[in-house]
Amino acid sequence: MRTTRFAAAAAVAASAALVLAACGDDDGGATAEPEDVDAADFEEGTTMAELAEAGSITIGTKFDQPLFGLRGPSGDPEGFDVEIGKIIAAKLGIAEDDIEWVETQSANREPYIQDGRVDIVVATYTINDDRKEVVDFAGPYYEAGQMIMVRADEEEIEGPDDLAGKSVCSVEGSTPAENIRTNYPDANLELFGAYSDCLEPLRQGQVDALTTDNVILAGYVSESPDDFKLVGEQFTEEPYGIGLQKDDDAFRDWINDVLEESYDDGSWEAAWEATAGEVLDTPEPPAVDRY
Amino acid sequence: MDAVVSNFDLYWQGFRMTLVLTLISAVAALVLGTLLAACRVSPVVSLRWFGATYVELVRNVPLTILFFFFIFVAPQIGIRTPSFFVSACVALSVYTAAFVCEAVRSGINSVGVGQAEAARSIGLTFTQTLQLIVLPQAFRTVVPPLINIFIALTKNTSVAGGFAVTELFAIGRRLANANPADVIPVLVGIGVCYLILTIPSGILANWVERKVAFAR
Repeated sequence: MRTTRFAAAAAVAASAALVLAACGDDDGGATAEPEDVDAADFEEGTTMAELAEAGSITIGTKFDQPLFGLRGPSGDPEGFDVEIGKIIAAKLGIAEDDIEWVETQSANREPYIQDGRVDIVVATYTINDDRKEVVDFAGPYYEAGQMIMVRADEEEIEGPDDLAGKSVCSVEGSTPAENIRTNYPDANLELFGAYSDCLEPLRQGQVDALTTDNVILAGYVSESPDDFKLVGEQFTEEPYGIGLQKDDDAFRDWINDVLEESYDDGSWEAAWEATAGEVLDTPEPPAVDRY
Repeated sequence: MDAVVSNFDLYWQGFRMTLVLTLISAVAALVLGTLLAACRVSPVVSLRWFGATYVELVRNVPLTILFFFFIFVAPQIGIRTPSFFVSACVALSVYTAAFVCEAVRSGINSVGVGQAEAARSIGLTFTQTLQLIVLPQAFRTVVPPLINIFIALTKNTSVAGGFAVTELFAIGRRLANANPADVIPVLVGIGVCYLILTIPSGILANWVERKVAFAR
């Protein structure tokens, strides 16, 4: 019985991945065509001029985050973060095919930016003060928030305050785990290497809840609506920003301009609707923070 | 550097967990591995077959896959442990036992066949021969390879860090993410902690080796 259910779940997950992959293929309309820009259009010596001159850009994103950055069977990552990356590249005159995608995980985002292995990072990257000391952030281009996901038949947990004495799954080193550790110390944290590792233990009852940003959880609920549900409200604010080299103010201002433009001309909304919009409502784009 | 000093308590917590994982798994693997080695040299064909299958299956599969099996798959087929920590110990012991078995078996084979024949001729059973005559001699020769295996085990415990056991490696990831400016010192600190465990093991091994050395 259990095996059948698992097989069914695997089938659902696989078909969801196929659906996602399929949208990736036919949503070409959502992605901005590369603009006809000349390196000379940018002030000499700026990062924009260098990238436009080189005709290629290296972007760090997640490869395991449904709806935001998920690498499917095609080999290219797909999701909202990826679309934002494409919008920025297009404004530099760089075509989709000339973007090099590099997997950045939570732990290696800052080092990759600092030593120049990536030009920018668009990877569900929460802007916070510790990180601002080593890298700079453009954006935010989306505001997520921490939520709780439980088994569909769970009745006791309705919000973060009910987590006391329950085992809560998350990822070691992540902001959501840190938040639970600090603000809800009575919850028993079980920390894995990836959020997807929490799904089977949650389904099997080895843990009682999974907590992280709402957007990630929404992806899981959409894959197995019979097994999981979200409870309560968002209880944190996680502004997602675009990470870049510290003190590259010209580049940061320029990316902020690009984001604002994408809010106005509808390309931000189109990118959302082609990716995360499959599951989540389209939000108002957040105001860019030029700190 | 501050990140390392000010988080000393976390390092200590991770260090203890790594140590406990290593010790429990080492003892369990030593027992299980010796039993398996006994199976592999036993006169009973089905036991020999069992031992060989176990070793070939387990030592040729990556440890991470074993962790996936014991943590994600086993509960679905009804095999449950009280905590992820226990599952991690089981995965580590099962994996390491295959290597212990081969080391011990090679030790058993190094004991002159005349010893076993002499034991049999005075009427000892197979178990008695193994227990009283062969294994005590075999263990002396396998101390160096066994220590090698246990050093590998110490480092292998880091895999548990990805499976809900808060040992050194998991602490390393937590601190690296909390201190984006000090990632390198944090990870170097973790590396040093492993060295504190493994280098003395090597020295201990040399000492034990000298103590148990005998002329043959």
